[in-house]
This record gives sequence, C-alpha cells and structure tokens, in this order.
Amino acid sequence: MPESAIEFVHVNYRTADGRTLLSDVNFSVSRGEMLMLLGPSGSGKTTSLKLINLLLTPSEGIVRVDGRPVQDWDVIRLRRHIGYAIQDVGLFPHYTVQQNVALIPKLEKWQPKRTAERVAAVLQMVGLPPTEYSHRYPDQLSGGQRQRVGLARALAADPPILLMDEPFGALDPITRLGLQKEFKQLQQNLDKTVVFVTHDVGEALTLGDRIALMDAGKLCGIFTPHDFLVSEDQFAQPYVNAFQAGLEISRI
Amino acid sequence: MLQFFVSHKREVFTLTMEHLSLVGISMLLAIAIGVPLGILLTWRPRWKTLVLGTNNVVQTIPSLALFGLLLPLPWLGARAGRLAVTALTLYALLPIVRNTYTGIKDVSAPVKEAALGMGLTRQQLLWHVELPLAANVIVAGIRVATAITVGMATIAAAVGAGGLGEFIFRGLAMVDNHVILAGAIPAATMALLADMALGLVQKKLVRTHH
Repeated sequence: MPESAIEFVHVNYRTADGRTLLSDVNFSVSRGEMLMLLGPSGSGKTTSLKLINLLLTPSEGIVRVDGRPVQDWDVIRLRRHIGYAIQDVGLFPHYTVQQNVALIPKLEKWQPKRTAERVAAVLQMVGLPPTEYSHRYPDQLSGGQRQRVGLARALAADPPILLMDEPFGALDPITRLGLQKEFKQLQQNLDKTVVFVTHDVGEALTLGDRIALMDAGKLCGIFTPHDFLVSEDQFAQPYVNAFQAGLEISRI
Repeated sequence: MLQFFVSHKREVFTLTMEHLSLVGISMLLAIAIGVPLGILLTWRPRWKTLVLGTNNVVQTIPSLALFGLLLPLPWLGARAGRLAVTALTLYALLPIVRNTYTGIKDVSAPVKEAALGMGLTRQQLLWHVELPLAANVIVAGIRVATAITVGMATIAAAVGAGGLGEFIFRGLAMVDNHVILAGAIPAATMALLADMALGLVQKKLVRTHH
C-alpha cells in the first residue's frame, strides 16, 4: 500500500468554456489524516473534492487514490471506496433515514441482516438512536439531524476515505460545535482518511491535522493548525486575524 | 334523455366499451413509448429540440386532418381501429414525453450529484432517485394526455373506428341533441373518472415520499 491515500500532481482544471478553476495544485493526504481545504467561495475547494471521486476529470495532471490514477479506477468502484457527504440537500427526500443509509450496502448486495445491523450501528455512531429515527423522512428531521444522517450514509459501507463538502455549513454555531467534536472523535476512532471543505477558519483549526489554504484556484500553502496560527503568510494572515478577532469577541 | 339511454342501453354500452378500448390501448402505447422517450431525452439533450418539436407539430395538426392523413398509409389505413389508435397515441405522446423530461430534469441537482458521488450507476440513479422524484410530474402528464385522448377519441368515429363519437356524429347529422348528449355525457364521465383515478395514484405517490 502506498503511503498517501490521495495525491494531486500538477493538477489543472478548466471548465468546458475555458475558465481555469484550478491551476497547478499539488498535495497529498496520508492515510488516516484529516486535511481541511480552506478558502473563500470560488477558490477551488469543491472542485478539488470532485476531482477525487471523478465527478470532475482533471484537464491536466494526475489525481491518485491509493496510488492509482483515478481515471484507471472503475468509476463506480472508486466512488464506493469513498464516502461523500455534502450539505443537507444531498439526502434522498423520498427515502427514510433507514433507506438513505442502507442504499449503498444494498447496491453492494450485502445480506439484508448485515445491512440492517450496519445501518443501526452507524446511526448509533452518529448519535441517532435507530429505534427513534430509522423510519423518519429527511423533512421530519432538524438540520443537525440531517447532517448526522448524511454522515451515517457516507460511513455505511465503511469506505476508507471520506470527502466532506461543508457538511456542517448550514448549522447554528452550537449544533455545529457539537457535531465537529463528535466527528473528530469518530474520525480518530475509525481511522478514516478525510478531505474536508470549509470556509470557516475555526472549523479548519478544530478539526484538521493539516490545513490546505486555497485562493483563486491555487493552493497557497499547507499548514498544521499551529503553524497556521503563527504564519506570516499573506493569504493566511486575514484568516488568523479573523480567528483571533473572533476569540477577542468571545472573551468579552 | 334518460329514456334515450334506457332504450339504447345496449348501443350505449357497446360504444362506451369501444371508446374505452380506444383510449386504453392508445394510452398504454403512449406511456410505453413516451416515458422511455422522455428518459432518453434527459440522456441525449441534443435530441430534445427534434423530438419535442416534432411532437409539437403533431399537436398542431387538427385531429380530423390527422385521421385523414393517416388513411392512405398501407397497413394503418386497412383497419379503422389501428388508424384511430395511432393518431390518438401521437396526440397523447407530447404531454407524457415533456413531463417525463422536465420531471427528471427538475430533480434537484445536488441530490443527483450526491447520488452519483456515492457511486450509483446511471441506471441506479434513474431507478432509485430520478423516477421516484419525478413520478408526480409524470403522472400529471399522463392525466393531461388521458383527458385529451378521451375527447379526441370521439373524432375516431369519423373514420369508422366506433366509440362514443358515433352518437355525436349521428346526432349532428340528425340535428338531435339527445343523440349528441348520448355520446357526450358518457365521454365526459369517462374523462372525469379517469382523471380522479389518476389523481389518486398521484396523491399516493406524493405521500410515500412526502
């Protein structure tokens, strides 16, 4: 097994109409690491994420998952090797919580008993007692509960890699903080490799093993949370200032 | 009026059954062709203009003219029933194709993307996500098509395909409103009942996914 779970080598991405969304992006994510992609909207975070599970194909360069270029993977196998959670709109509104979470195990032709046990287990894991929530529809849940279901669904088939696109973005700060803590715990226990998109510097610092800072389609640098806070980097500075201003306010 | 129905009850029954089978067969064909065609258009958007355009043109041909135009065709013209069913199916296609296409297109993009990102194949996406979420709109199209077809099928009597139009044309010739109504009332009732039944189907589909 290669060292890095995910690797970007000189990756460019242009849209069909010729706009450059990513230019010369290079990074790698080690097994079991949580890498945060931080940046303003339009900086290329989500684009980078979608290149990993082949929702987009790089214009130039190579994206590798487990050492193999993504284009060499069977696309369905690749995607089922990777859990994917996005803001709450991604749940299937016509399926119950149970059906949402069970879908991929079912398509993978797991035995019904094994699927049922796994669904109950992941729901428990994300803090939703299955007896109470299994049969609800997404519109009968709060925003926080929907995020938990999204997370449970991404974990259902136990993929080694998780891609998270602002999964807690639509939540109030209190709920968000709770979920962040639980998620960090979960990720460490389950030893998943995670790439997590956020525009919230606090979230990046709380969750990340490392933070990849993006701006206008370029990767500006990769920092540990500690290095990030003391960084003199011109792109990191505004985030650090905002973060510290936030701390000042919370102290008052 | 009532007297007329009683004295002609056998004929009313026979013509209603003929009408029902014209509508039923045409609708089954239109659904069997229209839904897959609508799905195909979501996969091949380039064909959309051609298919929906052709369909629109068919809709603009007056029904009587369409029956007449199809008459000289070799196999179709040989039997009035075939002719009528073909024309009715063509008319019923547009609302079904269009609603299937828009219904699927309108399924929220993030939901589709989440499904693809999780590793659903295109067929699984269609089956598990797109069709269930578009079902409401598709059935709405089938309702519209059914209403059109029940009315349009009365014209089929003009080419000898039978149905409740027989009464209407006969009544027109005899200048007898009772005879006209003997065709029009059962046809209107049929349209209403079919619409109610499909309305129930639609409601059930919506309820199962809120």
